[in-house]
Amino acid sequence: MTTMTFANVDIAVDEEGFFLDPSVWTEEIATELAAAIGIDELTEDHWTVIKFAREDFAAHGETPTLRRVSTGSGVPTKALFELFPKKPAKKFAYVSGLPKPKGCV
Amino acid sequence: MPIPAFDDDGDRKVTIILSKGSLEDAYAALIMANSALGEGMEVHLFFTFWGLDLITEKKIDHMGVTPVGNLSMGMPQAVAPMPGMASVATKMMKRKIEGLDVPPLREFLEMVHDSGGAFWACRMTADMMELEMSDFVDGVKDIVSAADMFNLAEGGNILFI
Repeated sequence: MTTMTFANVDIAVDEEGFFLDPSVWTEEIATELAAAIGIDELTEDHWTVIKFAREDFAAHGETPTLRRVSTGSGVPTKALFELFPKKPAKKFAYVSGLPKPKGCV
Repeated sequence: MPIPAFDDDGDRKVTIILSKGSLEDAYAALIMANSALGEGMEVHLFFTFWGLDLITEKKIDHMGVTPVGNLSMGMPQAVAPMPGMASVATKMMKRKIEGLDVPPLREFLEMVHDSGGAFWACRMTADMMELEMSDFVDGVKDIVSAADMFNLAEGGNILFI
């Protein structure tokens, strides 16, 4: 277990960098997390995805998969790959302070 | 200070050749393609022989499984070819797949396409079955030869289903 500091908050993360406790996340931290992985600006569409992911996690206890996010948030698959290039599921999970999604689809 | 190294994998590529027309083989191809795309890889799908069914407009909605010759399904082989058995097996399989939130084939194919997967039809099979681009679903890039496929696959891994 390691501790990272974002937006002046100390956050416990796993060896990859994902949050161990999703509840410490704030929107301010999200902006810094995004910048750390090369997303310079969080647009309205980014926030739509982040908000959906966090709400879905709170309701179901697991990070939604890419498909679940695209059907639930209304942001289509193609757009998700544009907002979070190359590894969208892992990236939106990271920026949302959630664990990596486990599902296959 | 660990930050996930999301973009450190370089340019990975995989080409998945689908030669079978059964539901389970189609899902195998799509699930692997989808996972590779989700890992930022470049993905090509080359549909040949019965695999062409997955991109053929008239066939894609009618793909199924058959227990005939399949000892893994637990059905006695004498029963397997009886009328209705394939339909029962297919319905059961589809229900299980749906229960995992995995979409039906057509929707899944679209999703793989929207995620960046490139679809190619096999020239020889298309000729054999007398199929043209207009017979295929949206999103198929072209009808190409095996040689073309090897050039597309160059530098990456090839999976044969």
